[in-house]
Amino acid sequence: MSKGSPISPALLAARPAPPAAPARETAPVVPASAVRGPNNVVGPTEMLGSAAIVRSLEELGVDDVFGLPGGAILPTYDPLLASTKLRHILVRHEQGAGHAAQGYAMVTGRPGVCIVTSGPGATNLVTAIADAHMDSVPMVAITGQVSSAFIGSDAFQEADIVGITMPITKHSYLVTNAQDIPRVLAEAFHIATTGRPGPVLVDIAKDAQQSSMTFSWPPKVDIPGYRPVVRGHSKQVREAARLISAAQRPVFYVGGGVVKAHASVELKELAELVGAPVVTTLMARGVFPDSHDQHVGMPGMHGSVSAVTALQQADLLITLGARFDDRVTGVLSSFAPNAKVIHADIDPAEISKNRAADVPIVGSVKEIIPELTAAVRDSFETQERPDISAWWKTLNHLRETYPVGFTQPDDGLSAPQQVIKRIGELTGPEGVFVSGVGQHQMWAAQFIKYERPHAWLNSGGLGTMGYSVPAAMGAKVGNPDRVVWAIDGDGCFQMTNQELATCVINNIPIKVAVINNSSLGMVRQWQTLFYEGRYSNTDLNTGHDTVRVPDFVKLADAYGCVGLRCERDEDIDATIEQALAINDRPVVIDFVVSRDSMVWPMVPAGVSNDLIQIARNMTPTWEQED
Amino acid sequence: MARHTLSVLVEDVPGVLTRVASLFARRAFNINSLAVGPTEVAGMSRITVVVEAEGDLLEQVTKQLNKLINVIKIVELTTEQSVQRDHVLIKVRADAATRLQVTQAADLFRASVVDVAIDSLIIEATGTPEKLSALLSVLEPFGVREIVQSGTLAISRGAKSMSDRALRSA
Repeated sequence: MSKGSPISPALLAARPAPPAAPARETAPVVPASAVRGPNNVVGPTEMLGSAAIVRSLEELGVDDVFGLPGGAILPTYDPLLASTKLRHILVRHEQGAGHAAQGYAMVTGRPGVCIVTSGPGATNLVTAIADAHMDSVPMVAITGQVSSAFIGSDAFQEADIVGITMPITKHSYLVTNAQDIPRVLAEAFHIATTGRPGPVLVDIAKDAQQSSMTFSWPPKVDIPGYRPVVRGHSKQVREAARLISAAQRPVFYVGGGVVKAHASVELKELAELVGAPVVTTLMARGVFPDSHDQHVGMPGMHGSVSAVTALQQADLLITLGARFDDRVTGVLSSFAPNAKVIHADIDPAEISKNRAADVPIVGSVKEIIPELTAAVRDSFETQERPDISAWWKTLNHLRETYPVGFTQPDDGLSAPQQVIKRIGELTGPEGVFVSGVGQHQMWAAQFIKYERPHAWLNSGGLGTMGYSVPAAMGAKVGNPDRVVWAIDGDGCFQMTNQELATCVINNIPIKVAVINNSSLGMVRQWQTLFYEGRYSNTDLNTGHDTVRVPDFVKLADAYGCVGLRCERDEDIDATIEQALAINDRPVVIDFVVSRDSMVWPMVPAGVSNDLIQIARNMTPTWEQED
Repeated sequence: MARHTLSVLVEDVPGVLTRVASLFARRAFNINSLAVGPTEVAGMSRITVVVEAEGDLLEQVTKQLNKLINVIKIVELTTEQSVQRDHVLIKVRADAATRLQVTQAADLFRASVVDVAIDSLIIEATGTPEKLSALLSVLEPFGVREIVQSGTLAISRGAKSMSDRALRSA
């Protein structure tokens, strides 16, 4: 599996933080050809549709696919067996194939590919497709479909997956003619990876797989209705530079689009030129180094006081690849009330969707940021800049007074935050951290220090519990030489842990930290805060003083993983180090932690970000301005 | 809420109407009328949609429509800058006693009689929604048996062609 020299995790852990944002972070904005891959020329060759699927994937430069066969995709699995270029990883549930493809895409920047059968195979993929759509993950899902003569007849294992996924795909195809296969797959990869990335579904009828066709490569790709704009309008860029030069309280509001565009190097140059504070959203953690002096934290519902306040009190938001999600803005009408908004995004539909933009710039941030840097440099040379030191004084004060922290629980059990923090510290910034959804996700976003993009994966938009294990598996396949942690909750882990079998059988040695608070923790936190502690159906009985069903250590053992349990603070480091030293199989650690720990700070739902609480019913003391 | 007429130039492929219609449904827009047909360019269809919507929301939906891969171009056509027509077929009761009155009424609206039976007529009319509703109210007293009406068709005034411009920029 390994495509490079293995690096010992122990060595990785001991290594000091590398100079942030190495220059290798790069990807062309406009591909040389609309057809991905090396564009080999293949003359007309007779073959079956099924062979054409496999051959097209090979020509598109695909190495790894995740999938699970069944009746309607069976013809394609035959030539797949013979392929020497494609590695197929057999998952245990189709949702796992989808999330694995996402994880793979998130760490490599290349499209993730999954192949499943019709009907239930395809519907099991729906959650992962929706997830990829919300988080703009390039992914191509190939589904078998019943033979074209049976489509619409309620045939065995028939589902209208194109219809079902229409609102959650960037585009989709139903292929009933074998001759269309190379072109459709080339288009699917082009659409999935360019513009705003997203999932594309290709549903291929069984008879198309079984018919003869004439394969040639590259196919002609011409999509008249698809012309993503990548270059920002130069007048808008100059206008943005003018606002930046005049702002007294500017903030960079950086979202996942900058990660997707591989523009962290460009971002750092612009941010350092302007000298303004930078906030990185949940989807953008790591794209600007946490250790950088200008980084003031993550904004949003569980963001740091300094980051939330920076946005609230700004007079200018320099918004790059972010989308003013409700978890960031809180009540929209009270969000950043005095700020002008520069909004750069590749998707024109995001501009002024939630917050009206004063300076909209449609295009790739990979192209826009350097142009903006040049324009700002010109502007700084010709006019005097306002002094932003007072702004920094305010934010530095908040950053020092209200750092993101946690208190030791009263019940004597470990603090989940401590466990997650130590995983981050002992693994180091070269690791990859993949979380599920809930409290552990927020703590992993808050307490692990991210120094590079593509190191932090989570289900931000859809909030899919169960994302972590299969996505970590995909990330490890994409980055075999990195330490990959699934930081999971006891609830999430029980949704998709069957992929541990896939990991063991295929030698994909991920590490799973189950942050076991014996409950659906985030829901329980809301019950504590907003439902008078009435814990309706949030107790999972997996933790301390319970029947422990299932026993995660035994479960790990049953799958052939190493199962470890850690119940005391003094064992945390040793357990993590033990896991880091194991590289020949997956490790599952049952970190038994307190169920009473809560995620702070918090902006309760439905109120202004100004009402951020640093602990229950505790709000920061605001200094009088001016 | 104002009435808006959108012309949507699309690739003529299966599912394109569903994709367009479902975007309106998702934002809970009521489609007043919809007309689909081929254009002067092979492989391209044109959808004319009339919706009631707030301007901001409509702009958002237009942007979302533009994201659909099969959608090539969208323009909003105002009543001033375009010609807009509906088409209606009306089956109205008409016997020997009333037939003349009915046909005279149709004549006043430049509508034509396209089918005659012993006790009924079918009247075909083209025009703006206002004109057609006036025709209907005149025919109402005779007894309207059945109505079938097309969606609004709209085309911009002047020499410019929507597909022309769309394909040149493509």
